[in-house]
Amino acid sequence: MNEEITSLIREDGLRLDGRGLHELRPISMQTGVLDRADGSCYLTWGNNKIICAVYGPRELHPKHLAQPDKAIVRVEYRLATFSVEERKSPAPRRREYELSKILSESINNVIFLEKFPNGTIDLFITVLDADGGTRCAALTAASLGLADAGIPMRGMITGCAVGKVDGKIVVDLSDIEDKEGEGDMPVAMIFNTGELTLLQCDGMLTPEEVEEGLKLSKTAIGQIYQMQRKALLAKYSQIEEQSDELDEEEE
Amino acid sequence: MTILVTKNQLVIPGEILASGSGVKAGGGVFRKKVNNETEIYASMIGLAQIRKNRVGVVPLEGCYIPLEGDIVIGKITRVGITSWNVDIRGPYVGTLRVGNVIERDFDALRESLDRILQFGDIIKAQITFFDRMRDPVLTLQGRGLRKINNGRLIEVDPVKIPRIIGKKGSMIQLLKNMTNTQIDVGQNGRIIIVTYNLEIENLVERAIRKIEAEAHTSGLTDRIREFLEKEKKLISERSE
Repeated sequence: MNEEITSLIREDGLRLDGRGLHELRPISMQTGVLDRADGSCYLTWGNNKIICAVYGPRELHPKHLAQPDKAIVRVEYRLATFSVEERKSPAPRRREYELSKILSESINNVIFLEKFPNGTIDLFITVLDADGGTRCAALTAASLGLADAGIPMRGMITGCAVGKVDGKIVVDLSDIEDKEGEGDMPVAMIFNTGELTLLQCDGMLTPEEVEEGLKLSKTAIGQIYQMQRKALLAKYSQIEEQSDELDEEEE
Repeated sequence: MTILVTKNQLVIPGEILASGSGVKAGGGVFRKKVNNETEIYASMIGLAQIRKNRVGVVPLEGCYIPLEGDIVIGKITRVGITSWNVDIRGPYVGTLRVGNVIERDFDALRESLDRILQFGDIIKAQITFFDRMRDPVLTLQGRGLRKINNGRLIEVDPVKIPRIIGKKGSMIQLLKNMTNTQIDVGQNGRIIIVTYNLEIENLVERAIRKIEAEAHTSGLTDRIREFLEKEKKLISERSE
């Protein structure tokens, strides 16, 4: 089984899983999957399977972490023991701490935290199956969960990685392309305004390649944003009829 | 100024609603300056609301944010020396001081608060004071405010409460009159149903769930009336 991989791009110009260079993996999203959480999302992205639960805004314990002028965001990103090739210890590792931190920093910037002083918003993101690009997928799922919980936000965060494989810039890297390729650049942004909330880069990319990657990622993020929008509104469009003056029906 | 959405259009956070000056921002939106132009974006998932030159979003999801004057249904979570802590399903815990419960003087040395209200008790209370600096202060002194001893407690999405009450209370009146039950609605999304017929109790809960699920559609009061008539007929047929 140990076939040596010589190239990540096939002779016919497609990638190993048969995708074009700028093609995304199939993505599906569903919100409101967990009954007990305030907001939740289940997302599959190629072979990635991610479930995200959002609680809050709620009272913060321990109290000494509370900030009197705004809420804090706590993110727990976890890989399930069975999500990777060899069994992973259930204790959080360096990678999980890092991802929890960068995800919470990214989310911090889009929520109106000042509306909930002394409070907290908790996100629990569990990766059930990992196949590359989980941080972008996790951010995409997290913003769906936040919107489902009704937390006021500046916009939806949408993420997508770009990278360099066999000298070519490709979109949405799979696990093997991430590990064996030449570079990997996860990008997340609020698509409507184009504001970046996450930009990391790993590997060797020239300034031109970074620019090209950003351009490609924006197109990909546009596609994913449309899916996010559809997934969020799916719950309501099913039973949608002509709405009348809801605002005047209040007591 | 241009308004870019139609009335009652479903919007998600970050969607642009209006651009240019002269547009006022309602609830559920935020303003942003882009190239010296003010733009208004939605900050929550909901229905766009346009009234004259004011745009806003009626949220479809959200938590309960306390407001002074709200009637809430709370649960005692802690009994202290001279006050209780009350869970009101929001980001903040309500405080109920003993002076707002009983009229006579209270001597903490001689009496214990759990003789008045115990842990786990359900109360219908009013928020008298809340300024985001301190936790909301509740009172049990007022019309209809009391400890609740019987009934079924159900929890619904707090943002759907205006719909359950209806225009000038039309929906809740319909539910009460057609099923002959006593219904207490808290603004925090808790509802108490009191009736002595289990089937009617189930029916009221189903009707409330139906309102909750279809809160964003029109003609709901008529549909609920039809639903109740149909179900009541079924119940009376079964009991015969």
